[in-house]
Amino acid sequence: MEASVRLRCEADLTGLAGYNFAYLDEQTKRMIRRALLKAVAIPGYQVPFASREMPLPYGWGTGGIQVTASIIGPEDTLKVIDQGADDTTNAVSIRRFFARTAGVATTEDTEAASIIQTRHRVPETRLREDQILVYQVPQPEPLRLMEPRESETRTMHALEEYGSMYVKLYEDVTRHGRIATAYSYPVRVEGRYVMSPSPIPKFDNPKLTKAPMLQLFGAGREKRIYAVPPYTEVRSLDFEDYPFSVEGWDEPCALCGATDTYLDEIVTDDHGGRMFVCSDSNHCARRRAAAGEEA
Amino acid sequence: MMSVAPTIQPGFARPVHDSQAVFRTLLAALSRPGRPLPLPVSPEPVAPLGPAMAALALTLLDLDTPLWLDAEPGGEAAAWLRFHCGCPLVSEPERAAFALVTRPADLPALDAFHLGEAAYPDRATTLVIQVPELARGDGALWQGPGVKDRELLRVTGLAPSFWAERAALQPLFPLGLDIFFVTDRLLAGCPRTTRVKEA
Repeated sequence: MEASVRLRCEADLTGLAGYNFAYLDEQTKRMIRRALLKAVAIPGYQVPFASREMPLPYGWGTGGIQVTASIIGPEDTLKVIDQGADDTTNAVSIRRFFARTAGVATTEDTEAASIIQTRHRVPETRLREDQILVYQVPQPEPLRLMEPRESETRTMHALEEYGSMYVKLYEDVTRHGRIATAYSYPVRVEGRYVMSPSPIPKFDNPKLTKAPMLQLFGAGREKRIYAVPPYTEVRSLDFEDYPFSVEGWDEPCALCGATDTYLDEIVTDDHGGRMFVCSDSNHCARRRAAAGEEA
Repeated sequence: MMSVAPTIQPGFARPVHDSQAVFRTLLAALSRPGRPLPLPVSPEPVAPLGPAMAALALTLLDLDTPLWLDAEPGGEAAAWLRFHCGCPLVSEPERAAFALVTRPADLPALDAFHLGEAAYPDRATTLVIQVPELARGDGALWQGPGVKDRELLRVTGLAPSFWAERAALQPLFPLGLDIFFVTDRLLAGCPRTTRVKEA
């Protein structure tokens, strides 16, 4: 009698009949949760985990989804962005996935979200201590382009052997006269592990350091989880005579007029017409709403 | 002859949501060392495990986590852990993925636990130490990743040599031990990156 009452209570909180809350089974969640705790304890180190098959293809955010599914609860409000936008296919389908399997509230408002899952951007709005940012990561290993063997890159991390990464950046300088790497720009976490910040533009790299929010990274196909705790030093690699710098634009956002945000180039016709607009759709909409109120 | 089954205390009332709530507290505590957080649920304690330690065990332990326990292996707590978590109990600290410590003054030498491997530092033991009191704003100075400027936290009941022993492990980073200090109702994280300076 008591057991049946209990079962009904759990079912009320579960979104989709026939599935556990947030899709993953409890043992998988425990395994991922233990990996997440070790990732936080060793900032920038890639913890191996037994990534599961998810009901969407690799490359669509299976790592980020497994991390989100393992941390999310009924009280959370979830925001999902893809290249900064809330309304792209990947973001919409992941948001609906959690609305159905976990019954959680979703939002497009950066400030209203407790968990933000992202592909390729960090929101322009400064996040808070009570928010968690979950990155979808296609290739977690920053040394993979130079060294294809996992056994070798693992040893290189163990020995802090990061010379080849500097050689790669130096080759940029010799070939282009500057460090031409524009996304997945490697960083060093607390002076120890070299880490890929995921394919965010290097414009977003400065937002990672000493940030108030917890940052979790999930790579589903590569089966790795890593993390940057709050208030942790994240330095973009560079040289004394070629210091790290971020990209800028000659014109402001065509919609909201912002000059301090990351802009996407939008082709508007087939005669060479184009415009530059904020990649963070929520930030841009809020600026336009605020400007409208003032006018 | 009929054998009498031992009475085993229940686990979480709502296993899925209670373990999620406890995990988020653990994640927040480890991300912000030196800030004790209240336990969001209250499972019944199983002597000598208090409610917070019991909740942590139900949340993180299963058949993949060899456990070292300083309580009696034939006692009520061990039976409860075997039943609810299904975790193997080990007697050698270096084989343990988790260690539950209820008598902090009698803790074995810290380097007897598994400190991880150079290529796999994540394989280190996670220690859960039950202490009488966690007093914030007083005591030792905590700094490192997760701490904005500094935190002050006093942990009572530890052996006098504890912090010196822990500091001796610090140069071995990325090897090291990650610790949760728990009272009955509070949880505080102390990952291997945290530098604790005694007052």
